[in-house]
Amino acid sequence: MNALDPSVAMVVPEADASGPPVPLLAVESLAVEFRTRSGVVHALEDVSFSVNKGETIGVVGESGSGKSVLFYAVLGILDAAGRISRGRAVFGGLDLTQATAAELEAIRGREAAMIFQNPRVALNPIRKVGHQIEDVLARHTSTPSAQLKKRALEALTAVRIPDPERRYHAYPFELSGGLCQRIMIAIALACTPSLLVADEPTTGLDVTTQAAVMDLIGELARRRNMATVLITHDLGLAAEYCDRIVVMHAGHVVETASTTELFAHPRHPYTAKLIATTPHGTNDLRSLAAIPGNLPDLRRSDLPPCRFSERCDRVEPVCQTSPLARQAFSAGHTVACCRPI
Amino acid sequence: MWQLIGRRALAAIPNVIGIVVVTFVLTRALPGDPAAFYAGPAATQEAVEQIRTKLGLDQPLWRQFIDYLGDLARGDLGLSLSTGQQVLDEILRRLPASLELTLLALLVACVIALPLGILAATRPGSWVDHACRLITTLGVSLPIFFTGLLLAYVFYYLLGVAPPPVGRLDSMFSPPPQWTGFYLIDSLIAGDLALFRAAAAQMVLPVATLAIFVLAPIARMTRAAMLGVLSSDFVRTARASGLSSGTVLYKYAFRNAMLPVVTTMGMVFSFMLGSNVVIEKVFAWPGIGSFAVDALMQSDYAPVQGFVLVMALLFVAINLMIDILYTVIDPRVTIDA
Amino acid sequence: MSNTATLPGTPGPASVSSSAATLRHVRYVLGENPVTAGAFALFAAFVLVALFGPWIAPYDPLATNAASALRGPSAAHWFGTDQLGRDILSRVIVATGLDFGMAVAAVFISFALGSALGACAGYYGGWIDRTVSRFADTIMAFPLFVLAMAIVAALGNSVANIIYATAIINLPFYIRVARGEINVRRNAGFVEAARLSGNSEARILALHLFPNILPPIMVQISLNMGWAILNAAGLSFIGLGVRPPQPEWGIMVAEGASYMISGEWWVSFFPGVVLMLAVFCFNLLGDGLRDMIDPRRRT
Repeated sequence: MNALDPSVAMVVPEADASGPPVPLLAVESLAVEFRTRSGVVHALEDVSFSVNKGETIGVVGESGSGKSVLFYAVLGILDAAGRISRGRAVFGGLDLTQATAAELEAIRGREAAMIFQNPRVALNPIRKVGHQIEDVLARHTSTPSAQLKKRALEALTAVRIPDPERRYHAYPFELSGGLCQRIMIAIALACTPSLLVADEPTTGLDVTTQAAVMDLIGELARRRNMATVLITHDLGLAAEYCDRIVVMHAGHVVETASTTELFAHPRHPYTAKLIATTPHGTNDLRSLAAIPGNLPDLRRSDLPPCRFSERCDRVEPVCQTSPLARQAFSAGHTVACCRPI
Repeated sequence: MWQLIGRRALAAIPNVIGIVVVTFVLTRALPGDPAAFYAGPAATQEAVEQIRTKLGLDQPLWRQFIDYLGDLARGDLGLSLSTGQQVLDEILRRLPASLELTLLALLVACVIALPLGILAATRPGSWVDHACRLITTLGVSLPIFFTGLLLAYVFYYLLGVAPPPVGRLDSMFSPPPQWTGFYLIDSLIAGDLALFRAAAAQMVLPVATLAIFVLAPIARMTRAAMLGVLSSDFVRTARASGLSSGTVLYKYAFRNAMLPVVTTMGMVFSFMLGSNVVIEKVFAWPGIGSFAVDALMQSDYAPVQGFVLVMALLFVAINLMIDILYTVIDPRVTIDA
Repeated sequence: MSNTATLPGTPGPASVSSSAATLRHVRYVLGENPVTAGAFALFAAFVLVALFGPWIAPYDPLATNAASALRGPSAAHWFGTDQLGRDILSRVIVATGLDFGMAVAAVFISFALGSALGACAGYYGGWIDRTVSRFADTIMAFPLFVLAMAIVAALGNSVANIIYATAIINLPFYIRVARGEINVRRNAGFVEAARLSGNSEARILALHLFPNILPPIMVQISLNMGWAILNAAGLSFIGLGVRPPQPEWGIMVAEGASYMISGEWWVSFFPGVVLMLAVFCFNLLGDGLRDMIDPRRRT
């Protein structure tokens, strides 16, 4: 419905060496609301971005900024209280917001998969992990049941789980967090999807395991030419693994740029603050700047057009009145701010 | 696995000891003088003393306790004054009637309560959910003896569709040859369909009464457990993997939700065994509950004590089975046991 | 937002600053949940009837009148008359006091004894804990109604013994709640602070820890009242405790039982319905209280 909206057209996917990019996933002006007892929560508003084939993008923001909800909405796994009130999410030619539940189920886990934080509780506690992998294979592939175990073992081997034959019979509580996350990756990648959404995949893991899990995701994505979305509150992590970064604040996409461009020239005051709060090896911890204030209450009916304006030190009267304009600075670098840096 | 079951069985032993001690204490705390009671009102003082010695009531308490244990070990629960029979025989003869009623009611309650709880949890705020809340709160508020009478009034007196509440069989029928003691099964074994129908008709009202009562806690627990599980991380993972909603609901959510439900089954059985007494009185059901109540009214205490002991041991056995069932469905138990 | 009362380190919602907020919360919950408000109103009505029953009752509950026996509900006798011509409405009204009295007494005994035992077990641990827990487990090893029957049979057939029996079978619930609540708090910051400022252990337990278990115990009491009434009425129904001609709901249902299948439904019906209503009222109240005290535990 918003194909002619100029603000959307400006989200030009970054060109890469292999030719003109075709967006694998294009989200346009997406809005999501939650109905709660204490009012309607406007969780997402006018969210637009795209993901190209094989590319890794980071979606960054504080907790509560709507990063996870965005992908729950795209994949059709919102709670019953949430609904998409506006916008489209085109994935492989199909608008997911208009798709039936059956169509979405067929895409989830086969074309687009998602993994989550705290892997030890994100797996069925009373089902053998091997069987959990087989459930997905049986659902999405026509593997004969005699072959299921072999395929599940292959999936375990692909995520480099030592001694897969033994792990196949393990229950999640018998495995470490890192192994559970590998199992979850094995479940997600069992049907070789073209898009993997990793929602804070390293939260709840040991520091040493974190790097191993991230490297595994990166390597598998490269080898299979799989697009990856890394949802994280850690800008440093996104910088390390992502080609492009989408910065979110209170349900808005405030800035989108390639990783190098974003760090070199942050245009949105929020991005600049985020970069300043991210520790780099050489930085003195004392120079870490905290971002003042909290996310605004998204139940408010008088939310200003720019939801950052109440925390922003560059705020001007115009920020609270005029509609939020999205400006393009260079190819693929867009900012939603009236007074960009 | 067997080791685990053995360990669970060992853990039940303190409970059995507790039960035996409590029943012994209750036996000795009986009102009045048991010796005088057994001797009858016309007995002389001398006769009473004789009986006291014969019963071992002149012995110190610890000595009496050891005698009591010896009696129990021999399966001697004493004589019933009103029927003149061994209490154990009387109880064993009536036990199938009580069990048939209880187990069938439990089955009916589960068949209704589990889907109801699941439906309510998957559609929070819907009419099913409200109906579930109403039924569960009403169900636990119903005085079971009153529900039974009300059902008898409506379905026997007003509508005339139910047989009179006169026990397991109408006087026109004679019981089937005994195999299991369950009339429904025995009549089928005997191939007597008319008898089966008659026995089933007699069971409808008492089973319905008991099931209505038991349904409430099961539905309530199922709903709560399903709500918890459905919002858990692993169900989200299952949904994100595109598993069909049926798979998510049963293979993932329901099996996990059953764990807390199974744990509350102990409480449910406690209610059921207690309610049995009352139900049997209402429907003139010849089970062990009505046997105990009749004995109680005639101040015939040996059957009452035997009944309490048998009920408690039955309850321990049920709890043991619940524990084992839990062990079978939850692989995590092996670690902390 | 005044959620200071729920922070660990402050001894329960007893502080003055939060009482206004608590009141606001109560009013909010009642407004949100008209069912709970209705249950409160019904409860108040029951209490009034229980207290003033003998003065409200239109007839003498014991006065027999063979001429008007087994009459259905009429303008003179709203609930009809029983087999001896006694006015059922008056009997139901007067019975309220006895049934509530038995339940309140039983619940009070189990609350006082159970929470004290449970609090000691949770606070001191060791052999006290083991003994108390074993005691609770032993009670729970019996089907509770059957145990109550056995206790009344052993102690003697009287109203007082019905109360004791009902109190004993409810003890484990209070012991467990109190033990659990005290146990998680016994090393909390505010307890350490009280210890450092020279309070004796008993004083800490009584003044600093005990108030914390009152909210969950209140819920337990309310849910327990309904079950206590049912239990006492059930024991009377099978012929224990209360003796005719004293009016009591359970025994009235029992007296009318045989008339139920010959069509004189009102003899059992009205006492049964009132009994059901009383239990229902307590259960709704308990659910409402639980929402009020902890909205998250709502099921």
